[in-house]
Amino acid sequence: MAIPKVCGIETEYGIHVSNGDPNPIAASSVLINAYANEVARQQIRWDFEDESPGNDARGQAGEGSMPPQIETHLVNTVLTNGARFYVDHAHPEFSTPECADALECVLYDRAGELIIQRAMEAADRTVHDGRRLIVYKNNSDGKGNSYGCHENYLMDRATPFARIVKSVIPHFVTRQLYCGAGKVGAETPTHDGRTVDFQISQRAEFFEEQVGLETTLKRPLVNTRDEPHADPHRYRRLHVIVGDANLAEVATLLKVGTTSLVLAMIEDDIPWSRELTPTDPVRAIHAISLDRTFTQPIEMVDGSTATALDIQWELFSLARKYADDRGLECMVDVEVGEEVLRRWEMVLHGLETDPMSLSRQVDWVAKLKLLEAYQARHGCSWSDHRMAAMDLQYHDLRPERSLFARLDTERLVSEEEVARAVTEPPRRTRAWFRGQCLSRFPEAVVTANWDSLVFDLGTDPLRRVPMMDPLRGTAEHVGELLEGSTSASDLLDRLSR
Amino acid sequence: MAERELKKKTKTTTTERTGDEVEEVPAPSATGEKLKAELDDLLDEIDEVLEDNAEEFVRNYVQKGGE
Repeated sequence: MAIPKVCGIETEYGIHVSNGDPNPIAASSVLINAYANEVARQQIRWDFEDESPGNDARGQAGEGSMPPQIETHLVNTVLTNGARFYVDHAHPEFSTPECADALECVLYDRAGELIIQRAMEAADRTVHDGRRLIVYKNNSDGKGNSYGCHENYLMDRATPFARIVKSVIPHFVTRQLYCGAGKVGAETPTHDGRTVDFQISQRAEFFEEQVGLETTLKRPLVNTRDEPHADPHRYRRLHVIVGDANLAEVATLLKVGTTSLVLAMIEDDIPWSRELTPTDPVRAIHAISLDRTFTQPIEMVDGSTATALDIQWELFSLARKYADDRGLECMVDVEVGEEVLRRWEMVLHGLETDPMSLSRQVDWVAKLKLLEAYQARHGCSWSDHRMAAMDLQYHDLRPERSLFARLDTERLVSEEEVARAVTEPPRRTRAWFRGQCLSRFPEAVVTANWDSLVFDLGTDPLRRVPMMDPLRGTAEHVGELLEGSTSASDLLDRLSR
Repeated sequence: MAERELKKKTKTTTTERTGDEVEEVPAPSATGEKLKAELDDLLDEIDEVLEDNAEEFVRNYVQKGGE
């Protein structure tokens, strides 16, 4: 049986400084320090002890591949909701805590946006030299520089990596139909040299390889980073770099939900009913992003052809049958699994009959509808600078400037739930233990990371508590233990009993 | 493909079951006009919040590649 698809999203935000030193590393540090010092009022450092982003799931790194560098000197904090908030390269990055299901992932992704908003407000209060830090939830600057929104999924180590690669590529290439965040223009040359007015994905055109370890250059559709942050004999963490950052909640639910289902089917070795692998997946992901008619045939390795929608309908039908035959325990919350399937079918039907009807669910449609309405009113063309400006401002996270915030998109989580998720961890993963220890015993936790906490009890050496299973340390497992512990040393005593 | 046709046909019933979309539905023309009015309001608002100098705003937004 497929294991529960514990999941998370890590978002690298765009950051812009108006009126001042444009250095993005300094700006990101100011932003995160402002949040840690002014809002969270605590700063627990990240522990780099177990980081090994250079490990390759294929066994050995491909020739000439460049493992990512770990930057240990930049601001790096852990929050009481179990999330990590830090400077990554030249961007502020928020990694959600481990979530038990796709809807919870939507909630913590939204909590990340609220944290960024509070961080911007805090920075406004603490920076007095006229600088203003502005954060965007997008994936490119329109000039060829891209930054990522990565997803992570817990997988069974027993599933051969080669099977994952082969079977997941059709989904990675085509899910942009409803997960794309939309973009004005193109930043790389198109295969046929044509000019591009608008495309459905922010990220698609930046992918150059099928499989690889890199994330910053020669980006691969399937990333091979083998860093489970859990017991490596039992688990794998599939690190997915192929997605856009979404603002529409339904798009985030579908991105994580459909991918969880596809990965569960791969774990259970469900054969795809027909050949779904494009002959050239990299070219296919570029072409699909540029085709708003969804009719372009993609050539498959067996010589047949299929459109992106055909591939998605096939994957949906397989998932529907899988759910009917085997149940949806892999999605942890069965109702969330059913909701994902219902909405998956709904968006595919919408794309087929009237794509513009999906403007409350799908980011690229919401953005395109707005741009076309603006064009109609002002008589401007796609090359007008206001088109690119609106594209950018769609992603501005300041409520008073965000264009997305002005749209009536469908919400799946309430504002109250989001506000609570800013400080409270998910209850059904080890994030509960991490977050609760941070809020209950902040003076005793020295550092934290995904799979351990380090305590300073004021005596003896520092004590490390490993958390090698993402499904343990939940509210159900350790809630009572935490409630009953009067201090960190009491907690550690009880844990070792 | 037969299965796919079937899926699409069952779609209508699925939507009707959700509840939140099944509010009072005004006559099509009224809906159309209401949507147009909403869109007009939205565009008015966007004219107000859109960055003043679009060209400069877009030019100044430069990021380092990440990940």
